[in-house]
Amino acid sequence: GRDRQRDRRLQSAETPPQQTDGEDRNTEDFQRLHGNPTICCLKSHNPFSCLPAVFHLSQRFTTVVPESCMLILLGLVLGGVVLIASKKQLYQLDPALFFLFLLPTIVGDAGYFMPARLFFDNLGAILTYAVVGTLWNAFCTGFCLYAAKLLGRVQADLMDFLLFGALISAVDPVAVLAVFEEVHVNEMLFIIVFGESLLNDAVTVVSAHLYHTFRGSEVSNTRRGGPSFLIVSVGGTLVGLVFAVILGFITRFTKKVRIIEPLFVFLLVYLAYLTAELFSLSAILMTFCGIGANKYVEANISQKSRTTVKYTMKTLASIAETIIFIFLGISAVDKSKWAWDTGLVSCTLVFILLFRAVGVVGQTWVLNRFRLVPLDKIDQVVMSYGGLRGAVAFALVVLLDAEQVKAKDYFVATTIVVVFFTVMFQGLTIKPLVKWLKVPRSTNRKPTINEEIHERAFDHILTAVEDIAGLQGYHHWRDKWEQFDKNYLSKLLLRKSVYRKSELWEAYQKINIRDAISVIDQVGGPGRVQMGSGKRRTRGTQAWNQSISSLESVSSPPAPAEPVHPRVSALSRLGGSRPASYTGPVGVAPAQAPPPAAFCFPERKKKKPVEEEEEEEEPGASQEMQPLMSALKPPGVPQAPPPPQAPPGRRRNPCVYLRSLVTSPPGGGAGPHSHRPTQL
Amino acid sequence: FYRTRTRTRTQIKPDSVNSVISASAAHLLRLHQRFQFLDKDSRGSLRSEDLEAALSENPIGVRIVGAFFQQETVDFPSFVRILAHFRPTEKNRTRDGVQPDPAVGRKCPSSVAFQLYDQDRDGKISRTELLQVLREMLGLQVTEEQLQSIAERAIQEADLDRDDAICFDEFRKSLEKVNIDHKLSVRFLE
Repeated sequence: GRDRQRDRRLQSAETPPQQTDGEDRNTEDFQRLHGNPTICCLKSHNPFSCLPAVFHLSQRFTTVVPESCMLILLGLVLGGVVLIASKKQLYQLDPALFFLFLLPTIVGDAGYFMPARLFFDNLGAILTYAVVGTLWNAFCTGFCLYAAKLLGRVQADLMDFLLFGALISAVDPVAVLAVFEEVHVNEMLFIIVFGESLLNDAVTVVSAHLYHTFRGSEVSNTRRGGPSFLIVSVGGTLVGLVFAVILGFITRFTKKVRIIEPLFVFLLVYLAYLTAELFSLSAILMTFCGIGANKYVEANISQKSRTTVKYTMKTLASIAETIIFIFLGISAVDKSKWAWDTGLVSCTLVFILLFRAVGVVGQTWVLNRFRLVPLDKIDQVVMSYGGLRGAVAFALVVLLDAEQVKAKDYFVATTIVVVFFTVMFQGLTIKPLVKWLKVPRSTNRKPTINEEIHERAFDHILTAVEDIAGLQGYHHWRDKWEQFDKNYLSKLLLRKSVYRKSELWEAYQKINIRDAISVIDQVGGPGRVQMGSGKRRTRGTQAWNQSISSLESVSSPPAPAEPVHPRVSALSRLGGSRPASYTGPVGVAPAQAPPPAAFCFPERKKKKPVEEEEEEEEPGASQEMQPLMSALKPPGVPQAPPPPQAPPGRRRNPCVYLRSLVTSPPGGGAGPHSHRPTQL
Repeated sequence: FYRTRTRTRTQIKPDSVNSVISASAAHLLRLHQRFQFLDKDSRGSLRSEDLEAALSENPIGVRIVGAFFQQETVDFPSFVRILAHFRPTEKNRTRDGVQPDPAVGRKCPSSVAFQLYDQDRDGKISRTELLQVLREMLGLQVTEEQLQSIAERAIQEADLDRDDAICFDEFRKSLEKVNIDHKLSVRFLE
């Protein structure tokens, strides 16, 4: 069944989509061109991708209507236009396009920026919901639809309904991301729903496969169900992990070829996806490639590469999401593909909502006996309401064999309605619901050094408690993993210079740099800095002292209310406090690229005084930084803690200067500093 | 809790322990077995060396033992009582955190963690104390100046009344976004 699905995907990539019989012959060439998924992709990209930009101009509108809704509506409109204009549907959500190009982009992006600690802390809950929940939904929906068959005209047997139940019961990662990233619920809730949507792919694949083989009424195949599921899921994960190790290992040696570092990241993540697809494993589980590789890759590659990877991935994922939703809208209008049956549609809607709610409540009750942080009623409401279906279900239904499954057209129609309903209606109403229920929202907290220190201490404490009590609990194994990582894995995958650094020190530096940047923003940048010809040093120092004293008087610089694209902020906010994945200050003047060049990490300064990144400072980047930096004369020797008034250095080395301020012991500053030490 | 001379036969009278905390007999038995395992010389009580031996790999193991097990020798009821500080209590377990359970004399976990830093028990974490903890945790990975900068910054962030030390309220306040009580719980003894 899965092989057939795969072949079909490849086939449909080559042949043009089926059309209703032959009207204009001169459109055949047109068809052949449009059948090609790449061209389809490109053609759709151009007019549509500017639309979200236009859409975001209207702030009020965007706060109420989620982007996904708008895109689907737009697709509907466009599909209608095309239908009217040419009397038949030219565009279609091509499953090959979807599974080969669009889905890996989104899934790869999600995996790479997934907050790993939070994910693994909640892994038990996520796995329960993904496996048990999806199976429960699938069975119940299938059986009940079969029982309710009498209500409608649909001719299908139990197997068909079970198959349909399996396809429609999986929560969809694309839809969940699209809707939840506008709602900003607290991280734990988000990670549980989103993790579930990622991990249930294996369940869906195996169930669908099972029912396909059941239809052949070979009873002996039933025994393959269990092991088959394990193979598919564990295999997918292993493929992801293997590629994660390869990726980490490669990035260890890319110091001389910094330019193509992002390329390795994209290539290997995509390769992981394709390999999993090749072996008919669950390809979505290759998110573990991103999760695993993130820590090592982010530590190994340069700051510019980090920025490139982050923004390119986000952009591609955004484009893919846009295309998916618009095509969903367009495909819906093609009446030749589906057949309406009111009974089936309404029953399906009712059943999926009902069984989702029941399933969530039941599983939560069981889970709460094992979890430390209980999931209360509000969480359960949000979780059951947030079980959105999306394009994956639609693509899988379209892939069904029409000869084998006679009722395919009815299923397609039902899937379209269900997907529309969940994405649009639930997407629209989830925000007011969250507000009304007073769901704890995600706190946009800046990481403080206290939190970093104490969290590490707490980890040690808990491990100690478990060791003393002889328990082998979560912390015990986590500690073992950390030891293994430190002694073997990091040595293998991290660059030597990176390996020796301490995470806490890195976190400390990043916090300082972030404060420095926000202070400079406040001070007003180039306007306030005196760039006089003579006495540059004292003027520069004065400006610096000004910024220092303003830092001391301001306890926490307010984050500017800058409309960052939700996709950029959602996942990166979650990963923001992790040292290795720091990719630049979010929310601080992202109108320019975050200043990668000026604040390269000081450890590199130890080895090479001139880093090529510094020379290639982007002109737009950190405009405020440059005049300030050029006004300061850096010390020549980065090693010893030099006083701020250092002999004029040979080169501009703002990093070194900053570093010296960072490492200078309290009281080492001269000039009109207060007795309080400089923290910059 | 009474224990006979020979190690093979032990009578566990749960009275004294159960009056302190309510826990199932099976859990107590398991803890008791662990207690015996740690008590290498079969003395019926643990010394700090025994506990530290169990925590040999933990960078702040010695400090933890010193902070939590303050008596010279620890007998079984105190062993259980101290470990029970980290147990999430059923009825008080809400989203916001664990309330200290007065019946048990149980302190909330954050005060236990505070004791870890505050070695001399003056109610404040001074800079030197913080530096010591940092030194133990980070060890050879960072230089002394770096440690001092980190400690400096930490105190500057948390110290609201400007006395150059962190008292318990400031400690809690600096960690208000982190749900300490949930983080510092281990599931056992239920």
